[in-house]
Amino acid sequence: MERKIRVLVAKPGLDGHDRGAKVVARAYRDAGFEVIYTGLFQRPEQIVQAAVQEDVDVVALSILSGAHNTLVPLVADGMKKEGLDDVLLLVGGIIPEDDATALKAAGVAGVFGPGADLDDIIEYTLSHVRRA
Amino acid sequence: MELLERFRNGDQRALARAITLVENDHPDRPLILADLHPLTGRAHVVGITGAPGVGKSTLVDQLATEARRRGKTVGVVAVDPSSPFSGGAVLGDRIRMERGASDRGVFIRSLSARGHAGGISAATGDVVSVLDAFGFDLVLVETVGAGQSEVEVMRLVHTTVVVTIPGLGDDVQAIKAGILEIGDLFVVNKADRDGADRTVMELEMMLDLGEGHGGARTGGTRAGVPGAAGRWDPRGHHGVSGVPAAGGAPEQPGTAPEQSETAPAHWRPPVLKSVAREGQGVAEVMDAVASHLTYLHNSGRWQVRQRQEAENKLRRLVADRLLATVLGPAEENGDLARLAAAVADREQDPFTAARHLLRRYWPGDDKPGPK
Ligand SMILES: Nc1nc2c(ncn2[C@@H]2O[C@H](COP(=O)(O)OP(=O)(O)OP(=O)(O)O)[C@@H](O)[C@H]2O)c(=O)[nH]1
Ligand SMILES: [Mg+2]
Repeated sequence: MERKIRVLVAKPGLDGHDRGAKVVARAYRDAGFEVIYTGLFQRPEQIVQAAVQEDVDVVALSILSGAHNTLVPLVADGMKKEGLDDVLLLVGGIIPEDDATALKAAGVAGVFGPGADLDDIIEYTLSHVRRA
Repeated sequence: MELLERFRNGDQRALARAITLVENDHPDRPLILADLHPLTGRAHVVGITGAPGVGKSTLVDQLATEARRRGKTVGVVAVDPSSPFSGGAVLGDRIRMERGASDRGVFIRSLSARGHAGGISAATGDVVSVLDAFGFDLVLVETVGAGQSEVEVMRLVHTTVVVTIPGLGDDVQAIKAGILEIGDLFVVNKADRDGADRTVMELEMMLDLGEGHGGARTGGTRAGVPGAAGRWDPRGHHGVSGVPAAGGAPEQPGTAPEQSETAPAHWRPPVLKSVAREGQGVAEVMDAVASHLTYLHNSGRWQVRQRQEAENKLRRLVADRLLATVLGPAEENGDLARLAAAVADREQDPFTAARHLLRRYWPGDDKPGPK
């Protein structure tokens, strides 16, 4: 039987808006993915641990607080430390161009702005998932 | 297999991957499960079931925390019904499980209820076995208590906790669906709301009226007479509001199976109250869960269950294999569909058609005779 692609949709940091994260979660679901949604206020180490335990293919972070420069590298480093090299790390939020470049250097595969098309996100995910 | 070596060394990533392989019926599934089999049979497997939103995940989180406090490690399987549309799913039980999740001694895995070849109960059983083999002392299985498949999931656990909330009237449907029969203990959660005591009373009454609790599953017998001698009445557990213990309930028999000489000969499901969101009543639920384990051991039911489970597994494996052997080729070459059409069109009776299939596809020369 064909394995479903598993995506962890997580919301690190202290901002209390998870609408964006929920919209993305539903889009993934509708595209046939299995989404593990962990809700608000996730600490980076919780996200990494969830990614390990759920054996996900993708970690999609939604950050609107502006704290992406501190939070995302913590998640990326944690994932590396756990050996999750084949897990695709995506970030969505309001992220300036320069920051996006830095995040990609830190290990993020894709960065999506608030206006990003959901189909593009799905498409990107499908074509970049690393595990067979 | 390198994966299994890492698994045995306690690598959580290897555990997570093993679950994935087993869940998706990967070709290595039989190998993994066979290899891990000697390590299984040690965990206490506890099911948490109940209607949507009653607080199962919150309670699971609290129970995991409480178990950690008692020095036990915990595996959690959260079975979530999946979206009916695309085959995708949003699994959200983790949202309420983050207290327990911050600790290496707790491993949480979300499982979509759909898309498993052998059904969700078989997949859940396999995942539970893998967690058991990894060495977790306690494995908690959360599932929405709504349909037949959930009831089947609950058959694989040793202890079933049925969670409900004040206002039992709304839950009559669940009770009718056999929830009352499968519960080894009942928790009225959200006891911070009005009517909790009333719901406890109603449940107690139903339990006293009900017959033959558990039946084949735990082999439990429930005395039908209130206050019958020898019946264990753990009413001392009504923790939250400190409802006084009615009728001299015995001291809590202790949480570890070893200290359990006082275990009851019969198990009368206790009804407890909790406010899971505040952690109230959780220790009492844990105590009752531990008492039930003690009861299973001391009454010999644990062993009976293990045998029964093993036999069921064997039966299923052989049956699956036989079915595939006989019907696989018939399906492939269209024989099955042709015969099914003939039966549907009343050109042939189903018995003759089945006989035909068995004669034609039975492996070996020793074809089954007429019947
Ligand atoms: N008032 C009150 N609310 C509670 C209590 N326990 C849980 N809740 C709330 O009930 C809601 C549902 O809790 P969950 O733990 O997600 O319930 P669930 O049964 O796992 O839900 P599903 O998995 O969707 O069926 C959440 O908003 C909880 O915060 C409680 O003791 N009292
Ligand atoms: Mg839940």
